[in-house]
Amino acid sequence: MSQASPDNAVRTNVPARVAIYIALILFAVYYLLPFYVMVVNSLKPLDEIRGGNMLALPQQLTFEPWSSAWSTAQIGVQATGLKPYFLNSILMVVPAVAISTLLGALNGFVLTKWRFRGDNTIFGLMLLACFIPFQIALIPAARILGLLGIAGTTQGLVLIHVVYGLGFTTLFFRNYYAAFPTELVKAAQIDGATFFQIFRRILLPSSGPIIVVTVIWQFTNIWNDFLFGASFGDFDSQPMTVALNNLVSSSSGVKEYNVHFAGAILAALPTLVVYIVSGRYFVRGLMAGAVKG
Amino acid sequence: MAFLEIRNLEKSFGKVSVLKGIDLEIDKGGFLVLVGPSGCGKSTLLNSIAGLETITGGSISIDGRGIDGLHPSKRDIAMVFQSYALYPNMTVAQNIAFGMEIRGVPKAVRDKAIGQVSDMLQIGHLLDRRPSQLSGGQRQRVAIGRALVRDPKLFLFDEPLSNLDAKLRVDMRTEIKRLHQRMGTTIVYVTHDQIEAMTLATKIAVLKDGLLQQSGTPAEIYNNPANTFVADFMGSPAMNLVPVAVHKNGSGVAISAERDNLEPLVLTVPNAPAGLAGHDGGKVIFGVRPEALTDRDSADRNARNIAEGECLIEVVEPAGSDTFAVTRLGGKQVTARLRADANVAAGQKAKLAFNLDKAVFFDPASGQRIG
Repeated sequence: MSQASPDNAVRTNVPARVAIYIALILFAVYYLLPFYVMVVNSLKPLDEIRGGNMLALPQQLTFEPWSSAWSTAQIGVQATGLKPYFLNSILMVVPAVAISTLLGALNGFVLTKWRFRGDNTIFGLMLLACFIPFQIALIPAARILGLLGIAGTTQGLVLIHVVYGLGFTTLFFRNYYAAFPTELVKAAQIDGATFFQIFRRILLPSSGPIIVVTVIWQFTNIWNDFLFGASFGDFDSQPMTVALNNLVSSSSGVKEYNVHFAGAILAALPTLVVYIVSGRYFVRGLMAGAVKG
Repeated sequence: MAFLEIRNLEKSFGKVSVLKGIDLEIDKGGFLVLVGPSGCGKSTLLNSIAGLETITGGSISIDGRGIDGLHPSKRDIAMVFQSYALYPNMTVAQNIAFGMEIRGVPKAVRDKAIGQVSDMLQIGHLLDRRPSQLSGGQRQRVAIGRALVRDPKLFLFDEPLSNLDAKLRVDMRTEIKRLHQRMGTTIVYVTHDQIEAMTLATKIAVLKDGLLQQSGTPAEIYNNPANTFVADFMGSPAMNLVPVAVHKNGSGVAISAERDNLEPLVLTVPNAPAGLAGHDGGKVIFGVRPEALTDRDSADRNARNIAEGECLIEVVEPAGSDTFAVTRLGGKQVTARLRADANVAAGQKAKLAFNLDKAVFFDPASGQRIG
């Protein structure tokens, strides 16, 4: 898994190279434009936005919209800003990602190294979870959360996201571990290691790339989820996405576009950070899972 | 009672029967090599001894103790794998000590054991490296070290040399043999390489299709193969197996092999096995190894029964130390092993000496040896 070196690339002549770069730069600008608009307008007073020209740089730089979006903006009926919901999201996402990744790794381990009769059927059924639309599961999920007494709580949302994420995390880890040498597991068995010792001491230390892939995937999906958050969340547990919606689509009062832009950036920030920090491993891990699986 | 005893061992995966009643044993300090073509069940047999596969029927005991159903770690065995199976995230020292660590052996004892093993295998300077930083031969040594450090009753080797290049393979082969002689350990070794089997073993077991074809010392297997499969599989170049007709005559039994455009080659066999006369008028398969079929001058002086016959040489293959001459008998290619400077040429006739002391005969229908 070496990094792509220039030696691997097809040699091209200078005009072709210039054309390629121009095209790439145009695409980059095109993709960055919405983000530029959001950043620029979140730093303007509302009057300036109303004056037109969304693309202009702020004449009067202000961070007021940001602090407003974070701590004082009207969300639903309360003027709390996005802060408590940001916390809700963190409290939901971190355990949900951790648990679904760990369970996915265990599933992958069992499905590849501790095979049993019908294991492929079970894997196939788990894969179905990747294809079931969220909406179909809403009513049964609500019923189960009610029975468990965790409706409207963060634990309830964690449970829903773990169950929904298992299909994907299992798929990732199964394909990764399929390429993991079974002889290592046998050697560890002869050395006397138990199921969990083998998992923790032999497999997990070699799972870095696929853990990164799974964490990014799960973090992004769960953080960005709106439907489950809106359906099963209360004030104590509603995630950032629902709060952002309540902020932006409130039908009373003045539309504070600058605050909305700031709020939207705040909501997108964590996933952005996760990508920037571990994006390099993401591509590498995807390749490992894809090619060897 | 033998040290390792395998009784009527059976293993099937669903409806597919992989081992069909294997009986095998080896004495303490012996070196048992399981050899056979791929898919013969030799690795499954080894995994059954290790406890990595559950067996369907029969029993296995080590040093008088039945080990059926015991966890691999409780069988007092150690195994060296084909891919070495070194834990990639651990250093060499950690790899060697992992089993002891799991068993809760104190660190001081572990370090002492690592020191002893690494001295013996000359891997002391590698202890802090990871497996990815080692060459194939070094990995092999570490894998052997990890097995040695357990000081088990039985060592299991699963094709340990097949991932090495040819030169290194020969070196490591010698080293394993030396290790066995020095430590006096009991080893079960799986390979598909018949030369490895011949050089290492004190006892060879030849398997095919889940059945034990023959077991015995390398010399027994080589000189007295039980059937045509064993005769053909062991030895390189392979034993010549020629269909011949059998006739009784005054002094004993004669065999004749058909030839294209030539008179049949007739050889009188004074020392024919008793069973051969029963095939009078019928056909049998005459087996003779290339080194028992040679030019007159290099024929074995101690052999009591040598028959000569003139054969048409089709191909001459000089190999440096010997010259191999290929002729055709009974529709089969027959290889003779001659002196390096033997005076033969392709397309010409040459007188070949058949050492009938070493000749063996097989039933053409069953392939079994005629005694």
